[in-house]
Amino acid sequence: MASKQPENSLLGPEADSQRTLYPYVTGTSVVALKYKDGILMAADMGGSYGSTLRYKSVERMKPIGKHSLLGASGEISDFQEILHYLDELILYDNMWDDGNSLGPKEVHNYLTRVMYNRRNKFNPLWNSLVLGGVKNGQKYLGTVSMIGVNFEDNHVATGFGNHLARPILRQEWHENLSFEDGVRLLEKCMRVLLYRDRSAINKLQIAKITEEGMTISQPYSLKTYWEFSAFANPAQGAVGSW
Amino acid sequence: MPKQQANWSPYDNNGGSCVAVAGADYCVIAADTRMSTGYNILTRDYSKICKLADKCVMASSGFQADVKALQKHLAARHLIYQHQHNKQMSCPAMAQLLSNTLYYKRFFPYYSFNVLGGLDNEGKGCVFTYDAVGSYEKVGYSSQGSGSTLIMPFLDNQLKSPSPLLLPVQDAVTPLAEAEAVDLVKTVFASASERDIYTGDKLEIVVINADGIGREYMDLRKD
Repeated sequence: MASKQPENSLLGPEADSQRTLYPYVTGTSVVALKYKDGILMAADMGGSYGSTLRYKSVERMKPIGKHSLLGASGEISDFQEILHYLDELILYDNMWDDGNSLGPKEVHNYLTRVMYNRRNKFNPLWNSLVLGGVKNGQKYLGTVSMIGVNFEDNHVATGFGNHLARPILRQEWHENLSFEDGVRLLEKCMRVLLYRDRSAINKLQIAKITEEGMTISQPYSLKTYWEFSAFANPAQGAVGSW
Repeated sequence: MPKQQANWSPYDNNGGSCVAVAGADYCVIAADTRMSTGYNILTRDYSKICKLADKCVMASSGFQADVKALQKHLAARHLIYQHQHNKQMSCPAMAQLLSNTLYYKRFFPYYSFNVLGGLDNEGKGCVFTYDAVGSYEKVGYSSQGSGSTLIMPFLDNQLKSPSPLLLPVQDAVTPLAEAEAVDLVKTVFASASERDIYTGDKLEIVVINADGIGREYMDLRKD
C-alpha cells in the first residue's frame, strides 16, 4: 500500500491506512499460574481468521532469554513483531557480556512500555500478553493489555480466560501447588474454555518455567465429555430458552 | 466503503478510590487495592500509592497505564531534581510539578485522578487534590476516584473547616489526632465498599509524620 507520508506522520487521512483498526488472525485465551517451583502457562494452538479456524499449529508461548516465558493472545502478526523486538532486547543484553541477564520483571516492564507507547500513537499492538518466569528463586507472573494496563498476580488469564478461568483459579489456587496439581488446575480451566469459548480448539500446550529453565509440552488434547443429558436436549424444561 | 472508525478506546477505567487527610504534624494517604475493568476484577492486590519523595506520597485512581506512566515520569523528574539541587523535593514543589505534568498532556490527558499528601518544609501536613488535566488546590482533606462521590460528603461533614475567605484566617488542617484520622479513613472506605462496586478487597494506608513513612493494611469487602 503506497503512501507518500513519512512513516511516523500522524497527520492526514493517508496516514490512517498505516494504523491498526482491527485484528485479523487471532489467538484466544492464555492462562497461567504460579506453582511451587515456578510458573505454569497454557494456551491452545489455534489461529482464527474471524470465524474460520485458519491455523492449527500456532505456538502462542515462547521463551524469552534465560528466565522468562511469554504467552500472547490477540493478533498473531503483532505477537511475531513483539518477539522480534524482544530478540533485539535479549541480544543487546547478551552483548554486554557482564554475567547479568534480564529477568521476567524487566521483560514485563519493557513490554508494558512498548504496548503503552504504541497506544499513545493510536497504533496499538493488538495483544494481551502474559509474562512469567523465575530468577534467583523469585517467581514472577504478570500481564499487559493492548492499551498498557499491567499488573502481576499469582494467576492471570487473557480474554475469555478472565471470565471463565480466573474464578476457578480464585477458588482453587493456593501457595506451593505441586507440578501435578498445577497442571490439573490449568487443564480444568482449559477444559471449561474449550466447552464455552467458540474460538478455542482442542489442541494445547502447557509450558513450565523454573529456575532450571523452560520446557514446553508437545501438543495434546483434553478429554471431553459430551454425553451430559443437558447437552443432549438443551431446551428440555426451558421452552424457548438457551 | 466509508472510513472505518476506531473500535478501540485508548482509555479504560480501572476504578478504585483514594483519600488523603492532613494533620498538624502528619498526613494520612489511603487507597483501596482493587483493580477492575468493566464488571471484572483484574486483581485484588494492586497498590495505587506511590512514594514520590521522602515526605511526599501520591495516590491515584483512574486508568492504570496512565497512572503508572505518570508515576514513572515524576519519579524520573525527582531524580533529576536531586542531582541538580542536592536535596529532596518538598511536597508543595512536587505539587506544582504534578500540575504542570498533567497540563502538558491537556489535549490527550493522563486519565489519572490524584491526591498528593505529605509534609511541607515546616513539617505540617498538606494535601493537594487534582483533576485529570492539572488544576489543583491545597486542601485539608480530599478524595478522588470511583468512590469519591460517596466519601467526600462524609469527609466534609466530619472535617470541614470554615471558609478560607473568612477572617481571621483558619487552619486548613484537621484538628484530629493521627490515630483518629486513620480510624476515620478506615470507616470511610468500609462505607464506600458497601455501595461502590469498584472499591473493596483491601485498604492500604500510608502515614507520613516526623518519624518517617508508615504503612498498614485493612481488609475490605471482596464482593
